[in-house]
Amino acid sequence: MNLEGAILTIITAATPLLIAALGELVSERSGVLNLGVEGMMAMGAVVGFATAHLTGEPALGVFASILAGTATAALFGFLTLVLVANQVASGLALTLFGLGLAALIGDAFVSLPGQGLPEINIPILSELPAIGRIVFGQDALVYVGILLTFGVWWFLFRTRAGLILRSVGDNHASAHALGYPVIRVRFMAVLFGGACAGLAGGYLSLVYTPQWTQNMTAGRGWIALALVVFATWLPWRVAAGALLFGAVSILQLHAQAFGVGVPSQFLSMLPYVTTILVLVLISRSSTLLRANTPACLAQPFVPDR
Amino acid sequence: MTGAAMRIELIRRPHQSTTMAIASPLLAIALTLITGAIMFALSGVNPGAALYVYFIEPLTAWWSVEELLTKAAPIILIAIGLAFCYRSNTWNIGAEGQLVAGAIAGSAIPILLPDWNGPLVLPLMLLMGIAGGMAYAAIPALLKVRFGTNEILTSLMLVYSAQLFVDWLARGPWRNPEGLNFPDSRPFSDGQLLPVIFGDDIRLHIVFVLIAVVVAWFVLGRTITGFQIAVLGQAPRAGAFAGFSRNRMIVVAFLIAGGMAGLAGISEVAGPTEMLRTTVSPGYGFTAIIVAFLGRLQPVGMLLAGLLLALTFLGGEGAQFALGLSDQTTQVFQGMLLFYVLACDTLIFYTPRIVRTGTASGPTPRTPAPGAET
Repeated sequence: MNLEGAILTIITAATPLLIAALGELVSERSGVLNLGVEGMMAMGAVVGFATAHLTGEPALGVFASILAGTATAALFGFLTLVLVANQVASGLALTLFGLGLAALIGDAFVSLPGQGLPEINIPILSELPAIGRIVFGQDALVYVGILLTFGVWWFLFRTRAGLILRSVGDNHASAHALGYPVIRVRFMAVLFGGACAGLAGGYLSLVYTPQWTQNMTAGRGWIALALVVFATWLPWRVAAGALLFGAVSILQLHAQAFGVGVPSQFLSMLPYVTTILVLVLISRSSTLLRANTPACLAQPFVPDR
Repeated sequence: MTGAAMRIELIRRPHQSTTMAIASPLLAIALTLITGAIMFALSGVNPGAALYVYFIEPLTAWWSVEELLTKAAPIILIAIGLAFCYRSNTWNIGAEGQLVAGAIAGSAIPILLPDWNGPLVLPLMLLMGIAGGMAYAAIPALLKVRFGTNEILTSLMLVYSAQLFVDWLARGPWRNPEGLNFPDSRPFSDGQLLPVIFGDDIRLHIVFVLIAVVVAWFVLGRTITGFQIAVLGQAPRAGAFAGFSRNRMIVVAFLIAGGMAGLAGISEVAGPTEMLRTTVSPGYGFTAIIVAFLGRLQPVGMLLAGLLLALTFLGGEGAQFALGLSDQTTQVFQGMLLFYVLACDTLIFYTPRIVRTGTASGPTPRTPAPGAET
């Protein structure tokens, strides 16, 4: 196991977390807490895998996983934004429903060979010593993740639409009074979050481990949710956090492979325990949190007429 | 959301609708059944036959009614505990982990001291189960109170950890030395099991459920603690002015929920499974969340809702056997039911009205919607 290989695997482990967390970040910035990331991810994973398997086109699979995530998010959006249902409970419902439906759909696809997404190998550049493969030889979605990080940052902090989205999340009453369509903005943000979660799920079943197994998301959706808090709702910190968690999960895998004298179950606990520790550390510095937490997070909004 | 020509507008009712408070769960159940029928029809199964297998057949034989009650017991116990959390607006979603913690703590006696069979053993096991669940629930509660850490995420992360821990125990140090390498603990002896009190399978924990329903009804509806929980949940500022401690209530609610989940956990291993296995429950802790909402956080409501959700577990097994349907159908049913419950609850507070766009008197959105174009 050399350093190059380690960095490569850390990046692939970090990518699904990064993509899902960025989507959730946009959703939460608009004031909607969607706890259904795990369910949307599972749906993206199974639909992406099924599409790639049936058509033989992994690229179509990626597209289908985005659609699946968006569709499940639309369900959540209708429930919480149109019918103003409780966001926490609805998110839980989405997770339970998504995991169940994904398992139901996936029953027909268990242990079938998957269609992996090919890596992009830019000729010459990817053969550069040391950094060649890391920078120029990843699969396409790793680059999508990086672009997405930049794109979300740019959108939120450098565009007018992003400013409107943040204002909706920070003070929906004022945003409404100024004539901004609070519900519509939030619905868009929720759909974007779903698309990202679906894509992250597709990454798992098409790139990370090209196959479908039940519960293959293994809590990554919840870790993505924690990442958003850890990152205090800032895109670049999400990327840093995703790399940290990528490293933890790779460390855990390699420790198991090398047969360290610790039971595998304890190593598997590492990402979950790390999540708790990280959340505790970040919530201790309340100034950090207060500065960026969307003030209307998880608060329902019914426009008065 | 907003269709091209029509949209749904919600008009707040002057008072909560008491009719809808009762009708909404029933409506949700009806909608779930209709959607389920469509789902069965689409997958080529006769919907009538499937719904019969799912929801009626388990009630036609006594042995399966016994199994229904056995499955409902842990779900209802957990849901009653969770109601204390949800009423105070505290989001404990880690009951599944607290159940496992209770099962582990309570199993310590029969596994480490297998020959101890006195009359004190079972009560002690139950107490240790409750204590185990409480201790495990105390972690997210104290982190929340002390550091403000999000209890939703921590309580859920602890579920994964508990499941991995019990898997290690049952395969490793607590595996039955005389077992044939199965990843199970030694079977508990008779004195370490909940006695069968009725029929072939109905054990003592059915009584715990009935006691819990009555006690919860009394505490939530008739005591100052129940009042404090309701005030802090619905109007935290009013609660603060009245001098109620939000932090204290968070800890109390979590401890109650954890204790109930722990009791459910030890009742499961000292009941139907008769030993500690790598998996303690098929997700009772998550199903209980649905039961809590479907039962409107009312003890009697949760009792009925728990029976219904237990029926979906049983019906799922039957449908798998009789119709070759995937057992995953059950989880889809459960998730769908929670969706519909939450949607129908809107009717308690609002009257929905479908209006044509443009005729609404509110500000019509004109700004281009900021999309997610990144």
